[in-house]
Amino acid sequence: MQTVKMVITGPFSSGKTQFIRTISEIDVVSTDRRITSESERVKEETTVAMDFGRITVDEDLVLYLFGTPGQKRFDFMWEILSEGMLGFIVLIDSARPETFREARRILEIFRGYAPTPYVVAANKQDLADAWEPEDLRIALKIDPRVKVVPCVARDRESVKSVLLELLFSILEEMDAEEQT
Amino acid sequence: MALKGNLRDFNTTQLLNLINLARKTGALTIQSQGADAKVYFKEGKLVHATTSSQDGDLTRMLVQAGKLSEEQFKTIRARSGKISEKELALYLINAGLVTQSEVVQSVKDHVLNVVYRLFTWEDGVFYFEPNRLPPAGRITVPIDLENVIMEGSRRVKEWERLQEELPNLDMALKFTDRPSAKLRNVNLTVEEWRVISFINPRNTIRQIAQSNNMSEFQIRKIVYGMLQAGLVELVRPEGAEARPLVPPGRKKPIERPPAVKRSVINRLIDRIRKL
Ligand SMILES: Nc1nc2c(ncn2[C@@H]2O[C@H](COP(=O)(O)OP(=O)(O)O)[C@@H](O)[C@H]2O)c(=O)[nH]1
Ligand SMILES: [Mg+2]
Repeated sequence: MQTVKMVITGPFSSGKTQFIRTISEIDVVSTDRRITSESERVKEETTVAMDFGRITVDEDLVLYLFGTPGQKRFDFMWEILSEGMLGFIVLIDSARPETFREARRILEIFRGYAPTPYVVAANKQDLADAWEPEDLRIALKIDPRVKVVPCVARDRESVKSVLLELLFSILEEMDAEEQT
Repeated sequence: MALKGNLRDFNTTQLLNLINLARKTGALTIQSQGADAKVYFKEGKLVHATTSSQDGDLTRMLVQAGKLSEEQFKTIRARSGKISEKELALYLINAGLVTQSEVVQSVKDHVLNVVYRLFTWEDGVFYFEPNRLPPAGRITVPIDLENVIMEGSRRVKEWERLQEELPNLDMALKFTDRPSAKLRNVNLTVEEWRVISFINPRNTIRQIAQSNNMSEFQIRKIVYGMLQAGLVELVRPEGAEARPLVPPGRKKPIERPPAVKRSVINRLIDRIRKL
């Protein structure tokens, strides 16, 4: 059986947990809330929530979605997570410009890990204050070749379209590689 | 006179008890199954410990504790060729890279890890050299033996249980397949994340432990926790020639897994469209 993975990243509260929860077939998604009932667990300050989802294609192929943990001191795990990924998605809370700089920083870090394709998801498009995807592109100085996709992480069709855009980008990348 | 024998007859708990009660100063060497440990005491307190497999390199310890990055580790390693551990610690503290208490904690964790492991050794020759001190330049941290003995005994029991629950480290892991698996609020430690990143039917638990510099006890504990949480399942490892593991945190261009073909992407697209 082959397993492949995608990483969902973005600033705190950009909608990563929601995004994975909306599409995953298993309820393996966590929140940043802490649960203390699990007494076996190690002290809470050393733990970090994990977002983890799965889409089974068939008996031989499974796609995993990994959300990056929120707390800054766990940044080093980003690289661990990005190991071998097919591509990544940068989620942005389109209604909170104060997070754009952080989103840009995260995007740069991930680009540094791997030359894999990525898309930017302009999340929370259902909010009145949401910036337009094309305005976001300019504000965040996103490469014209990279797709900025409108997104509402609570909506399944919307999440599907973001995932599909990333997969299309991966195919395009494969085409480009074959031509060279 | 000589404090010398085999753990079969006088075990680690008894040895440490004696050293504690007699307020001994000196070095205890234990040799077991190719492994070698040296533990130093001062007036009945534990002060230092090394093993043949873990010399307790300070920078390495700080990386494992998440206090230094792999990059910093390499730079420091390259520059700090011959200087002693104490000098190195001073340098790191002065450079503002770590605090004194972080250094002390790392050394302490290391020493305790070595000593706790000795509790699981059932066989091995030991001898005590009175008044022998740790090598000059090493950082020593005095630790009361009473607590060490209590914790060590507790771990022996845990160790026995873990060994029963997870006898074979040559099995591999995969993420659970049961769609009904209800997993909520999976909070993971840094160490658990490191293990997660290597989960693949091709990697055995033992290989994962080696790549992460984890002891058998540590990896058993982590894997057991994940099994209990329903996050992973044990599987027979796939393929004899496992792909070499890449240590986490290492800077290197990450390539797309070579096995991913266009057909895989097309299958993913079809599946997601139908969701
Ligand atoms: N209106 C709206 N709210 C969203 C959307 N996506 C996420 N949220 C909310 O934004 C908050 C943060 O989302 P969360 O998934 O926890 O963000 P994370 O920190 O990136 O995991 C939550 O209250 C979500 O319900 C969206 O598309 N529209
Ligand atoms: Mg979250």
